[in-house]
Formats: sequence, C-alpha cells, structure tokens
Amino acid sequence: MSGPGVATRPYPPGRHPDLPPPAGSVGVLGWLRGHLFSSLFNTALTIFFAWLLFEFVSGAIHWFVLDAVVDAGSRVECRKQGAGACWAVIATRAQQFTYGFYPADQRWRPTLAFILLFVALAPVLYDRLPHRRRLMAFSLAYPVIAGWLIHGGLGLQIVETQVYGGFLLTLIVGVTGILASLPIGIVLALGRQSRLLAIRVICISFIEFMRGVPLIALLFVASTMLNYFLPPGTSFNLLIRVLIMVTLFASAYVAEVVRGGLQAIPRGQIEAADALGLSYWKTTWLITLPQALKISIPGLVNCFISLYKDTTLVVIIGLLDPIGLSQAVLADSKWQGLSTEIYVFIAIFFFLSCFGMSRYSIYLEKKLETGYKR
Amino acid sequence: MRGVLIQILVVLGFFATIAWLIGNVLENFAALNKSFGFGFLWELPANYDINQTLIDYNNQDTHLRAAVVWLLNTALVAVVGIVIATVLGFTLGAMRLSANWLVARLAYCFVEFTRNVPVLLHILLWHGIIINTLPHPRQAFGFGEAVFVSNRGFYIPKPVFGPGAWLMLVALAIGIVTAAMVWRRARRLRDETGRHFPAVWIGAGAIIGFPLIAYVAAGAPVSFELPALRGFNYQGGLTMIPEFVALTWALAIYTAAFIAENVRGGILAVHKGQQEAAQSLGLRPNRVLTLVILPQALRVIIPPLTSQYLNLTKNSSLAIAIGYMDLMGTLGGITLNQTGREMESMMLVMAIYLALSLAISAFMNWYNRRVRLIER
Repeated sequence: MSGPGVATRPYPPGRHPDLPPPAGSVGVLGWLRGHLFSSLFNTALTIFFAWLLFEFVSGAIHWFVLDAVVDAGSRVECRKQGAGACWAVIATRAQQFTYGFYPADQRWRPTLAFILLFVALAPVLYDRLPHRRRLMAFSLAYPVIAGWLIHGGLGLQIVETQVYGGFLLTLIVGVTGILASLPIGIVLALGRQSRLLAIRVICISFIEFMRGVPLIALLFVASTMLNYFLPPGTSFNLLIRVLIMVTLFASAYVAEVVRGGLQAIPRGQIEAADALGLSYWKTTWLITLPQALKISIPGLVNCFISLYKDTTLVVIIGLLDPIGLSQAVLADSKWQGLSTEIYVFIAIFFFLSCFGMSRYSIYLEKKLETGYKR
Repeated sequence: MRGVLIQILVVLGFFATIAWLIGNVLENFAALNKSFGFGFLWELPANYDINQTLIDYNNQDTHLRAAVVWLLNTALVAVVGIVIATVLGFTLGAMRLSANWLVARLAYCFVEFTRNVPVLLHILLWHGIIINTLPHPRQAFGFGEAVFVSNRGFYIPKPVFGPGAWLMLVALAIGIVTAAMVWRRARRLRDETGRHFPAVWIGAGAIIGFPLIAYVAAGAPVSFELPALRGFNYQGGLTMIPEFVALTWALAIYTAAFIAENVRGGILAVHKGQQEAAQSLGLRPNRVLTLVILPQALRVIIPPLTSQYLNLTKNSSLAIAIGYMDLMGTLGGITLNQTGREMESMMLVMAIYLALSLAISAFMNWYNRRVRLIER
C-alpha cells in the first residue's frame, strides 16, 4: 500500500490510527454512554428507571430502617412511634418463629443439628476440602445424628413432633425431602427408560400422576385419607405422612430432571459398554448414571429449591411452619394487621436460602462446564 | 426371558399392592359404616355461600353446582394469570437482555427476588397488603370516575350489552377471520417472492375496526355501568374481590419471573451468527427479531413455558390459604368436611386437576409441534 496516491493523502483531523481513542468512548464516560445513554430512547429508559429505583429504594429504606420500630408492646404502640415497619412483632416472637413450641431448655439440640448440617454439607459441596473422604462418612451418618438430636431417645429427652415448628420445621421437611427424593427419583428415571414395558408404564404413570396433581391435594390425602389405605388400627405421625408425600412428589420432578440427563448421553456410550460385555446394572452404575447426574446437577438444584419453597404448604394441613405461626400471631389482637412485616421477614429467610442454593448451582455449572464442552 | 419374568413379577406385585390397599379401604369403610358413592353431589344442598360466583348460585343449590362454580373460579384465575404472566414474563425476559445496563440489572433483581420466595408467601403478602393498607371504600383511590381501588375489592366498569350487540360479535369474528387470511397470504407472499406485506397492521385494523364500525352502525348498543359509592360499599360495575386480585397477581408475577428466565434462555440459545447474518442481509432490527430470532427462540421457549402454565394452574389451588373459593378450597375443603366423604371428594379434586394439566399440556404440545414445523 505504498503507492504515491495513498501515501500522500493525509488522515482527517482526529482520525490517525495511532491516536488514543476519543475520551468519550473509554473509561467511565464511555461505559456510561455505551450502556445507559446510547440513544434517545435508551436515555429516556434510563431516566425513567432511575427515577423508579430512587422512589423504591428511598421508600424501602424509610419503611425498613428509618421509620421502623423495634421496641414496642403492640401494634398501636408501634404506630405511635413511627410509620414504618413494626419489627417489634418479630422481635417478641423470634424464638417461636425459629423453633415453634420446642421446649426452651432443649433448644440447643436443633441448633446443634443445624450447625452440624453445614459440617455435613461441606464435603458434599466442595470437592477440594482436605480429608474429604473421612468427612463424607460423617455426612452419610448425619441424617441419623440429626434425627436423634431433634427427636431424642438414647439418653436425650424425647420431644414429640407436634411441637416442632417455625424455621426448624421448614428445614426438617426441606432437608429430608431433598435427601430422600434423590434416590427415589433416580430409580424412577431409570424405570422410565427401562426396556421392560411393565416397569416403564408403572413409572410413567406414577411420575405423570404426581406432576399433574397439586402438592396440597397430596398433603390433604396424607392428612385425611391415608389411614383408609392402611390396615385398620394403624395410625402414624402426621409429620411422617407429610414427609412421605413431599418426598414422593419431589421424586417425580427429580426423575424428570435425571431422565433429561440420561437422554443427553450419546448412545455410543451405552453401545460401547454393551460391546465390552457390561451388564445393565454395571452399565448404569459405571457409565450412564455418573455422566447423567453430572449433567443434571443444575436442574436438580432447581428441583430442590422448589421443593424447599413448597415446604410452606404444610401450613394448609395445620403444621406450624413459619407461616402457620404467623397466622396465629396475626390472630392476636395486639398484632393484628401486621401481615406485611411478618411475611416480608419470612420472605427474606426464604430468599437468602434459595438464592444461596441457586448461586451454588451456577458455581457448579461453571465448574463442570470446562472440559465437557463439545 | 429373564425380562419377561421380571415384568410378570412386577405386574403381580403392583396389582397385589393395589388389591391390598383397596381391601384395606373396604375393611375400614365397613368398620366405620361408610358407603362409597358420588350421590351426595346432587342429592344434598351445599348450605354455604361462595364469595365469587360466575354463574347463579345460592346456598340451597347442590354440591355439584357449587363444584362447578369453583371450577369456573379456578379457570378464571388460571386464564387471567396465564395471560398476565406471559406478557410480563416476555417483557421481563426482553428487559434482562436489554443493552441498557440499568434496565437489565433491575429486571435481574426483580426476577431473583420474585422467584426465590415461595408462591404462598407472595399470595399472603399481596392479600395482606390489599386488606391492611388500602383504604376503605369510602376513601377509595379513584382513577377518573370509572375505576376504584379499596380494601374490599377493585371496582371496574361493567359493559352492558343492549339489543344489537350481537352485530359487534359477528363483526369481531369477521375481523379475526380476515386477519388470519391476510396473515396467511402475507406469509405465502413472503415465502414466494420475499416481499413484505404489512399484515400485522392490516389484521389488527380489521380486528379492531370491524367491531367499531358495527358499534356505530348498530347505534352504540354497548354502554358501561360505572361503580358508585352507596352506603358503605360500591354498587354496580364489576367487583374484583381482594382474594381474586391477590391470587391472580401473585401467581402472575411469580410465574412471570420463571417465564422471563425461559425467554432469556431461549433468545440466548439462538446462535449469534443468525442475527449477524440477518443484519448483513439488510433486515431492519425488528424484522431480525420477528423473522429470524423469535421463530427459533420460541422452539426453545415453549416446552418450559408449558410447564410454567401447568405450575400456575396447580398453584391456583393455594387459593385456599386466603379463602378464595376454588376447587381445592371447597370440594376438597367445605364439602369434604360437611359430608365426610374424603375419598370421593379428593378423588374428584385430583381427577379434575389431572384433567386440567393434561389438557394444557396437550394444547401446548400441539402448539409446540406447529412451531417446530418452521424448521427446515
């Protein structure tokens, strides 16, 4: 490109390729212009949403903090002190919201079980932990330990399930459901993919039935009808009935996620295993399941999140989860009408736990992505 | 051979379990002197009131009629909820992909906050807000003289159809048929010659314009009855009870948050090269969206969208928590308690929900197949 005509033509002012980029297109200013004010329409959008955000945030700060009342004896006293949230209702009932009616002198037991839950989860969630194998043994034993701590027996005072309540109950139902639905769901998914017609039909009917019926209908069945299906005279604990129903319900969804994972495995994998002479169970255990589960982890976490949120439904058949307790509080004439405060408080609890779980699933997705991209 | 044996064993075991369960039920029923039958549905009066009825109902009607009223209530929530959730969900999904950083971030926050809180809490929260913080009917917020918002309900004008209103319906039908024909012709024209024909505008014009012409021609047969304050509450107009508003709105925004994620995922799943190719062919931005990106994205979006619609329908059974009379709250609640027929009531409730779910998924599967045909 060194012809005489090209070489002598000067660049227009400000266009020389060696010049730094114009000040408006880099740095903070460039970012702002590119992301917020790139066109007239965009500028209008930005201004509108900035105004909306400002109104919302300032209102929320006033309601949550500035005008809020923490120390008061009733709703009327609250309203005298400030127009914002009346957190006094939460403060006076905090213990109840956490433990329900669990005896006060025994509350260290569920607290300890809660702390141990994290110890048990750590080796499952992070594979770079030192001594992971030994800790895994503890994780496997954890359900028994937690059950013993919370329910009692073997030297500990027995606490009946009727008094479990609050976030304790949410965690019991949620964690049990998650732990128990995974194996059942995997079996159902394998059954759905089975070459044996009878097994396939039974599994498909079960899965589709569970997915087609709302959970609260199943919970109603558990609370009103289950006794009819058992030999006369048998009756068992409502909490256990609920746990069984929640687990079966969740396992149908888990089964669908795992099926997605199973279908995503290239046929060549199974054919190769067949060619090596592996039996069905060996193929499943060594070849298909490990790959399928790895792919379906994000979907599984989503399943668990919705199961965890669904634990709130137990209130409808009369268990005292946080929402059940809050309805009792709201029936108290001193605190009537403070539903927003209580529900926002419970919503924050659920948001923190569910958001944490979904962040973890994103982290896993990113970690597993490398090396599996085709 | 081994497979056949296993299957026979499984089937035998399955039927043995069923027989055992039924045997237990019969034994229990005999011990309690109960009978099994659905006669109570049309023999006994329901004896209770329902706070929202779409068809005529009073408390001396049968349980069956009451059940139909609830079924309609459930259907109303499901349909209105699905429409709002779809519109909101697609909007939020588009906002999450906006080039405007603020818009994308705000949509992200809204979606995350909404979908990580149980839907039951959403319902209770909105119900509580309407009941506890909105003013009494006497101080209701008014929007013009037509719409009023209070803690007893939302009041909107009610259309009153006079003689000749049927003309408008006919005109509307003609408008829809015309629009469909224009749309199909425009598509064929585009496929054959590549020329663009403004079918959307002409179709919309036909759907809105024809009824308008009929309205004028028939001498304005439709008028609106405005709600007006008389005594302690509003009379006239249409009343949306707080339970309905809270339930529908909570279900709609909760589901919209999930739909937004599906929409975002679907649009991101379309390869960037598609968009660049369309742009380099000289298509305008909105044509790129409607002709290239959306048809491909919809194929990814629709299957999960189906399950979101199903979820919304099933979640409407949570109405029971705030006392909106739907299927679960009444056939599975009051009727069950009054007649003591748990088995029959719950079987009916589950059968109806199953039928609803299967119907919705059948429709969406049909639509899914249609969309998939676009693939060449």
